[in-house]
Amino acid sequence: MQAPQLYVLAGAALVGLGLYGLFAYRHLLRQIIALNIMSGGVFLVLIASASSGSVAAVDPIPRAMVLTGVVVAVSATALALALAVRLRRVTGVSCLSIRDEEDAQ
Amino acid sequence: MSIWIMNEAAPRQLRFLLALLATLTSLGLAFALLSLPIGTSELADRVVTQMPESGVDHPVTAVLLNFRSYDTMLEIGVLFLAVVGVWSFGPVSLDPATLTPTGPVLGTASSVLQPMVFLVAGYLLWVGAAAPGGAFQAGAIIAAGGVLAILTKWQPSANLRIWVEGGLALGLLAFVGMATATLLHSGVLLTLAPEIASSTILMIEIAATVSIGLALPALYLGGSPANWTHREQK
Amino acid sequence: MEAMSWSLDFVLALALVWLAWRTLVSNELFKAVVLFIGFGLLLTLAWVRLHAPDVALAEASISAGLTGVLLLKAWRRLRTPAERDEHLDYE
Repeated sequence: MQAPQLYVLAGAALVGLGLYGLFAYRHLLRQIIALNIMSGGVFLVLIASASSGSVAAVDPIPRAMVLTGVVVAVSATALALALAVRLRRVTGVSCLSIRDEEDAQ
Repeated sequence: MSIWIMNEAAPRQLRFLLALLATLTSLGLAFALLSLPIGTSELADRVVTQMPESGVDHPVTAVLLNFRSYDTMLEIGVLFLAVVGVWSFGPVSLDPATLTPTGPVLGTASSVLQPMVFLVAGYLLWVGAAAPGGAFQAGAIIAAGGVLAILTKWQPSANLRIWVEGGLALGLLAFVGMATATLLHSGVLLTLAPEIASSTILMIEIAATVSIGLALPALYLGGSPANWTHREQK
Repeated sequence: MEAMSWSLDFVLALALVWLAWRTLVSNELFKAVVLFIGFGLLLTLAWVRLHAPDVALAEASISAGLTGVLLLKAWRRLRTPAERDEHLDYE
């Protein structure tokens, strides 16, 4: 297979891994890292599926969208981390449900 | 699965089900994408034909700041909203007595790198019209300089408050102002006439660079500095 | 050489998925954050291979750099009380 299709497969695997990490862990920091991995996979899939393997014809529109997506992802991550730290300071636990308190410590 | 030391993970049956779900998602996504035809779309050809009227020479910059400038405006808005959200949790104390001291390596590296930050950022901003670069990359370099300043325990004085808060809002204000001007002038949102396109794009890029360069270190700081709000009246 | 660039892409794609997996299943949080920064740098290389240098610039500085720094700062504040972090409590 050609090189861009390799990256499409890798991106799809990253989306699956991020999804798994999001649901399998309770600690908020791990969930945020899993979300970032998933968004990296989505960006990889976007650009790789539009790339034809040669240098000449590169599609500018997915690159512009991914550029926007990177900045939006870091904004959302920063807000999510600030909320997680605040939640920790207010409730003393680093997860979303009190029932899973012992899982997150 | 016993080689995974996951002391914080879900129970075994749930983990297996989640792995199955993740694998199915990956496979479905890969199958859906690999069955798409590889090659340029007619949208990319349209960008190429419209390039002379966009005011810049680089297709990605043209798409970001002319053809799809609506998305870029909303993105700057999202960044501003994130700063408002993070800063809404209260001020952050920058008292030097409570922070870990800066080592000699960090201090020397910072004093060498800070002037280069503006040089590299200015170059990236200017060259973004013809080569890979532009507002986001330049803003990210300035943000790196800002984070370096925060790490070396720089104490921003209260006089800087109006500049920083104004700079944070500058990108969004400039973009919305330009959008309103184009709406009032020609009735269509965010269309740029070819003769004013390149200068308008440059001004918007400068405003966006300032905004991004201030917003990202503001997100890292996690709140407005305490000496801005508590000891204003001296 | 065609075969050499293809094998470079193959190794890079494999390393991306492997590093993401190791990031998620690492037992220490600090290790997960550091591995995530490494993952971001590998993703930057992938963007270069896909002929998207501006995305590579943004990914290296914003996604790998700034997100990594944000995660490290949040890691410091989310440590358990058994570890000494009283000096980080601003109020």
